[in-house]
Amino acid sequence: MNELAGSQYLIEFIYLIASALFILSLKWMSSPATARHGIWAGEIGMVLAIAGTLLHHGIVDWKWIVIALVLGSGIGIPLGMVQMTAVPQRTALSHAFGALCVTLVGTAEFYLRTPNVPKFMMSVLAMEVILGSLTFTGSLMAAGKLQEVLPQRPITYKGQNLVNLGLLGVAVVAAVYLVLHPEAKQFFPIMVAIPLVFGVFMVIPIGGADMPTVISLLNGYAGLSAAAMGFVLQNKLLIIAGALDGSSGLILSVIMSKAMNRSFTNVLFGAFGQVQAAVAGAQEARPVHSATAEEAAAILAAANKVVIVPGYGMAVAQAQHKVRELYDILTKKGVEVRFAIHPVAGRMPGHMNVLLAEADIPYDRLIEMEEINGDFPQTDVALVIGANDVTNPAARTDASSPIYGMPILDVDKAHTVMVIKRSMSPGFAGIDNPLYYLDNTLMLFGDAKQFVGAIVRELSGGH
Amino acid sequence: MGSNLIDALFIFMLACFIGFEVIRHVSPLLHTPLMSLTNALDAIAVVGAIVLVGERKSAFATVLGVIAIIAATSNVVGGFLITDRMLKMFKSSRPVKK
Repeated sequence: MNELAGSQYLIEFIYLIASALFILSLKWMSSPATARHGIWAGEIGMVLAIAGTLLHHGIVDWKWIVIALVLGSGIGIPLGMVQMTAVPQRTALSHAFGALCVTLVGTAEFYLRTPNVPKFMMSVLAMEVILGSLTFTGSLMAAGKLQEVLPQRPITYKGQNLVNLGLLGVAVVAAVYLVLHPEAKQFFPIMVAIPLVFGVFMVIPIGGADMPTVISLLNGYAGLSAAAMGFVLQNKLLIIAGALDGSSGLILSVIMSKAMNRSFTNVLFGAFGQVQAAVAGAQEARPVHSATAEEAAAILAAANKVVIVPGYGMAVAQAQHKVRELYDILTKKGVEVRFAIHPVAGRMPGHMNVLLAEADIPYDRLIEMEEINGDFPQTDVALVIGANDVTNPAARTDASSPIYGMPILDVDKAHTVMVIKRSMSPGFAGIDNPLYYLDNTLMLFGDAKQFVGAIVRELSGGH
Repeated sequence: MGSNLIDALFIFMLACFIGFEVIRHVSPLLHTPLMSLTNALDAIAVVGAIVLVGERKSAFATVLGVIAIIAATSNVVGGFLITDRMLKMFKSSRPVKK
């Protein structure tokens, strides 16, 4: 046994408590009723861990630690106060910050330890730095796309996958060389720079509809890189926190890619939105039924069961508060209103739930896809607001459709379907939606916020 | 070092299983706050940066460490703050049970 300094025992003990609190914190997230205890547990664990670390016997200089902690908190507060619609880009940005921290610490550790780096230590250090730096730039790209400072459409070119895999290959070769020859300092910058470039290239071909998967995946990478850092620093708390974060990100990305009927590799290596250009010309002249706000209000008022299907378009139009008014007024009239939430609706996992909760819609009205799909045949009106691909019946019926096999909300089985949409232009992925041409579908053309507002006015004024 | 390494691998393995089990039971309703919470917890990497800065082994390491502390602390503070704000919004339509 190696001898620990007295303070070291205390620190390890504090880390032990913090680890338990972190696990409890995630456990309490299982239900909205206990979730806020989860935050407290996490916060107490975090404060304990940071305070405990300050007891570390090797620390001789507190000035810069305090300055950095204060500056970081100063940046963190505005990042914690962003609008709920900006949560996806905020999350991507924080993945980038987390990865930046891990990469910088890994880099500093390498230059402090070289050339005496044992092989295993160098391997985890390489993993830490490679995952960290690709997550850093990848997340910045994702945040840029979500904030719309970068083009949201997927950018693809010939041989893209080859270029990407080649880049990653070079980084791995540099890493292996460093494991064998840790004194070869000149290879370290290569091992940092190439994953930085790879991160950019990895996210360039990814479109908005795939963002939930990519954000989850980056979350997983950030966690794994932190766990690798725990191995390098022999810090058990960091290993545990990294493993928890990593498994969370990976589980979410599996859920997201299942909900899009796509494999991981497919999301990362196959851009959407390419195949459809050829078919686009074919269906110009097909007739649709449209309705006014007045007619829509009359149908809704006569219904017993209404299911509202929100999508990213609702978030863009900031229509969620008008939707709440609609929910209130229909509920008051005795109509049963529920919301059908597709796992990939929006730009990150759970995005729609947060927006609707912000608009004060009770969470027990928000129903998951598997649970509500059986109810559509007994539903009088399905009102689709700003969702497109997740309602496309071609996913069930048309084997040639690019989204064939993707689980969808079966809105077409409702007695009446109403779709609020700006125009007939195809959605983000550019895929035509046969739902719009069905006999039981009414198109409500207009801005989501204004149209829902008009329906609410009709409902409150008319009767 | 050798046995420490094996210990660390055991800890990692167990933590992954706990992570999978715990996260599997998180309601899809809360996936967004879950992600911001794990993000805040993950920023525990700040402890590594704190030791790095505090030990003051080289100017290079100190500079990188200071940036790392800033980045991670902003995640801790921002992450807990926004998770709390989100969770406050989730209300049930059923009367609050005591």
